[in-house]
Amino acid sequence: MSKASAYGSVLALGAALGALPLATESNVLLNFLIFLLIVAVAATGWNLLGGYGGQFSFGHAAFFGTGAYGMAILQERAGLNAWAALPIAIALGAAVGRVIGVLAFRARLRGSYFALVTLAFAEVLRILANVLPMTGGAAGILIRLRIDPWHFQFADRRVFYWVALGFLVGALLLVRAMERCRFGAWLVAVRENEDAACALGVDTVAVKVAAITLSAAITAAAGCLYAQKFLYLDAAIAYGPWISVEALLAPVIGGAGTVFGPVLGALVLLGLGELTKAWIGTLTGGAVPGVDLVLFGVLLILCVAFAPRGILGLLSRLRFGLRWARS
Amino acid sequence: MQSPEILLAALLNGVMTGAIYALIAVGLTLVYGVLHIINFAHGAILTAAMFAVYVLHAAWGVDPYLALLPLTVCFFVLGYAVQRLIIGPASHGDDGNILLITLGLAIIIENALLAVFRSDTRSIDVAYAFSVVEVGGLFLSLPRVLAVAVVLAVVVLLWLFLARSRTGAAIRAVAKEKMGAELCGIDVARIYAVTFGLGAACLAVAASLLMPTYLVNPRVGNAFVLVAFTIVVLGGMGSIPGALLGGLVIGVVESFSGLFMGESLGQIGIFLIFILVLLVRPTGLFGAKA
Repeated sequence: MSKASAYGSVLALGAALGALPLATESNVLLNFLIFLLIVAVAATGWNLLGGYGGQFSFGHAAFFGTGAYGMAILQERAGLNAWAALPIAIALGAAVGRVIGVLAFRARLRGSYFALVTLAFAEVLRILANVLPMTGGAAGILIRLRIDPWHFQFADRRVFYWVALGFLVGALLLVRAMERCRFGAWLVAVRENEDAACALGVDTVAVKVAAITLSAAITAAAGCLYAQKFLYLDAAIAYGPWISVEALLAPVIGGAGTVFGPVLGALVLLGLGELTKAWIGTLTGGAVPGVDLVLFGVLLILCVAFAPRGILGLLSRLRFGLRWARS
Repeated sequence: MQSPEILLAALLNGVMTGAIYALIAVGLTLVYGVLHIINFAHGAILTAAMFAVYVLHAAWGVDPYLALLPLTVCFFVLGYAVQRLIIGPASHGDDGNILLITLGLAIIIENALLAVFRSDTRSIDVAYAFSVVEVGGLFLSLPRVLAVAVVLAVVVLLWLFLARSRTGAAIRAVAKEKMGAELCGIDVARIYAVTFGLGAACLAVAASLLMPTYLVNPRVGNAFVLVAFTIVVLGGMGSIPGALLGGLVIGVVESFSGLFMGESLGQIGIFLIFILVLLVRPTGLFGAKA
């Protein structure tokens, strides 16, 4: 792939998504799209470590929550401006990622051990956030309503949408750049065969630590967006398992280890989730909690069984099959 | 400093909770030892079993202890079928895939229960829930003493099964050397399914023992399963004696840290042990290799 088309495809997706709010004024749709973008950014973070590096984290909530709480606490407790808090909150998320990475990868944890330890860290943070006074404890923390672009709060939902889209495009460009440089090749080598990569002189621990730091920073940025969008956090939201699960499911379903996989996966997941909720709701005459997640679980198993490289993998196989059939 | 009576009571309470933890962990470690996978659906299956006990009691008034045996059989069959029909075929033999599939199963079970029963916490009312027995001046909860006895019996039975029966020998063979076992004519897929079934059966027993004194909601399994992971890691992945001892240790640690630091922070003690063991000695106290 040429350089122009590699980055051009990301920018084209950005432009196409950026044009969406011009076609609709519906607040429901815009809220859905903003949430979709937040999940897609978090999933892009997971994808960098899980998709490219093959290290499956079950605890990306640790980074998402740190970004979100960082944003809230820096503004409300330290009185910082939102835009100044943003890079600090992202850096805090990256630092948490780095600490977990150094501890886990130095101890040579792989596969399910790594998944377990990330899960445990996310749970520790969740329990801490639920009791510490700094995070507002079980009552949660509110970010004051100050609708002003200077405070990262916008009267027009579309503006927030474009800002969130900017985050996503930035994250995707970062992943694309990583994919094309030496570091990306090392990371994929670690995924494919860690021992062989090590034998070829790749410092696998350093590569994995760098990957989890970057991955955590991206997912923390999603947490920052979440905090500014909803202006309220508690431990179950910020550090809850839901975001760990969605950040993992979206890339796996869309196509892990591809730039657009997480975005497609988030769209499919959340889109189908909303449709099922609405459909079941009309069937039973009320909201039924959990039905969308049941569907996510089924999708995950189906994907692993029949589309190991996700929807994008399925599509490229289909295209290859057609070309082969024609020739 | 607390008085010796309180400390002793906390110790015994910890041992009694630990026995049930140990049983849950035995199921998990058995599956790990043979299939070499971490079953992330373990907690969700436990929740399902607890709801099964609850429904049997609420709908037909079946006593939890009477439900124990039939439920154990049902969950064995269920576990067997899940491994045979879902996990086995869908994973294509890849460990990363199994991880994702059991995670998917956990999400499905937990949220299906949430959709049916909603997030309310439920418990069952039995006459003996608050009965106590007196042992040397200490009053112990009868259901929990019973639980310790049943756990011991189950572990002895399981050990006999693994040590003496032909299927038990086959399970041990597959755990040691899968390829060699296959070459000796052992049907590995069947052994995997039997092992997974045994893991689920342990959970049905644990659920029947828990329900008289515990409560159930769709997320209750998570609390237990993280504790069970800790125990399994502490005791050494795949080691049944390790799981037993680890269960007791964690039960006591939880009881004491609850006494000294309060309920919510008491949980942190367990996670910290978990992370520490994983980082410092991932093979656990009894495990031979990671």
